[in-house]
Amino acid sequence: MEILSPEKIIGSFKAALGGDFIDSKIYQKEVAVKKNIFTSIWIHVKREAFRKAVEHICELQNCPHLSIISSSDRGNDVELIYHFTIYYGHHLQELSLGLRVNVPKNDLKIPTITDIIPGALFTERETQEMMGMEVVGIPDNRRLFLPDDFPEGIYPWRKDETGPEDLLRVLPGRQQKWQ
Amino acid sequence: MAVSKGTEKYTIPVGPIHPALKEPIRLDLGIDGEEIVDVDVIVGQVHRGIEWLGMNRNNAIQNIYLAERVCGICNICHPFAYVMAVEQAAGITPPERAEYIRVITAEMERIHSHLLWAGIAAHEIGFDTVFYLVWRVREEIMDLIEYVTGNRVTKAMFQIGGVRRDITEEQFPRIRKSLDYYKSIFNQLKTVFLDDRTIRMRTKNVGILETEDALKLLVVGPTARASGVPKDVRQDQAYSAYADLDIKAITPDVLTGAVIGDVYDRIIVRLLEVKQSIEIIERCLAEMPPGSILAEPKIAKLLNALKKTEGEGVGRAEAPRGEVIHYVRLEAGRETLAIWKIRAPTYTNLMAIPIILKGGQIADVPIAFASIDPCMSCTNRVVVVDQKRNKKSLLTNKDLHELSIEKTRKLKC
Repeated sequence: MEILSPEKIIGSFKAALGGDFIDSKIYQKEVAVKKNIFTSIWIHVKREAFRKAVEHICELQNCPHLSIISSSDRGNDVELIYHFTIYYGHHLQELSLGLRVNVPKNDLKIPTITDIIPGALFTERETQEMMGMEVVGIPDNRRLFLPDDFPEGIYPWRKDETGPEDLLRVLPGRQQKWQ
Repeated sequence: MAVSKGTEKYTIPVGPIHPALKEPIRLDLGIDGEEIVDVDVIVGQVHRGIEWLGMNRNNAIQNIYLAERVCGICNICHPFAYVMAVEQAAGITPPERAEYIRVITAEMERIHSHLLWAGIAAHEIGFDTVFYLVWRVREEIMDLIEYVTGNRVTKAMFQIGGVRRDITEEQFPRIRKSLDYYKSIFNQLKTVFLDDRTIRMRTKNVGILETEDALKLLVVGPTARASGVPKDVRQDQAYSAYADLDIKAITPDVLTGAVIGDVYDRIIVRLLEVKQSIEIIERCLAEMPPGSILAEPKIAKLLNALKKTEGEGVGRAEAPRGEVIHYVRLEAGRETLAIWKIRAPTYTNLMAIPIILKGGQIADVPIAFASIDPCMSCTNRVVVVDQKRNKKSLLTNKDLHELSIEKTRKLKC
């Protein structure tokens, strides 16, 4: 397996995804006394090319590590970031790779990646119940953290009318609605 | 091995609160005779909404102390990952000296956590003499943590852009004394855990996780390394003073020459990591650069700068149990965090529990489950469901206690 530089990784994504590649960002920072470089990459792709992008990461690294999916309500759409890491096992060569994909709220669907990375199941289940995202083709559709008697159609991570506002105890000093 | 009872398959839910599991979690075990054929993991019993508090109630600095309270054991690595994420978002570089102090405290935490686990593991197989021994030995590092940070549990050492307390030259002899103590008893601990017949019998070839499964299920930390995956954030990614120290991930083959991926291998990895942590602290003490410990000592100024920050960052740290990751987004004009996502190592390690338990026996559940080192909490309650007759019987704390007293009485007669 060849270890590519961050610029080459982004170049390979551009080549693989073509017009579905939206944007990228490289963050680098010198660390401690020896000034070794900490690197993280952020890649933004269109939803149509999301599976292709994950498959491309698998080409860069056999069995890439997916840490977590973070999701945020951005108003008209939901932003998902798949936090991957690649090149583990090589001294100071590992990269954090955040794969960003925006999903519009009127069609909250994202394909599953559990067939490529079986360990993604928990985080996909969590994204489903907490954000109301439909993970198409998920092998286990149950809730993960929320109890069974939690009302349907309310998603704790949302900041719109489907958010958990009515379920909250209003603590002193807390603003009533999400900002 | 197991005697099959034909078509009868029972489901035994273990937990959410159960003496063998040190964390409120439910395992539904499908049983055929004595053999476990099916496992379902049900989590969520201690979901406290910490991320929500960080996004609605607390400001970025208050969240450091909230992050500490994610876990009673890993209360260095959570703030560690959190402050790294915020520093990345806000473009703050902590001073070099602070990086070394961070690493020293993180490694102290690893020593105490691994010793705690070793005691629990011995207790799970009913070897309480070793449990007492290890926890007595652990007191030394707890005292040292208190000496260095001022507290045994929640240490409040971290600040965005540095640490809150310095480790001075005068403190070095006291720190070295504790490290020397652990070096002097290390071989004794190694003999107890690796050569003892009882421990070998109960842990060898139990709860095996193959390398390929560990990779596919995204397992992290000592659980992954014991399965032969050389994955360690301290080795792989340049973060904090670890980048200077040439850390090497420990896999069991350095001692035994082979990777099996069983409970015994997980003991080897954790034991050797205690030694590795001692060496790391010694190197940090020797190489610690002089200088300040905070990038911005004025907290109000720092908070003000964070309020104006627009950006995102991801912080990863190697906790005693594996990789911790915090993702943070700050928005200008917003006092709280815009997004905060935390992932602790047990989250992904739980994915491996079905594979670790399947094919084993009910009696191996405690040690096999404990071998991934999940977190702590303890009350007694066992639910036993007879699926065929759909009868549910519930053993409460009181019932178990009465059964226990009854047994003691019988033994006395």
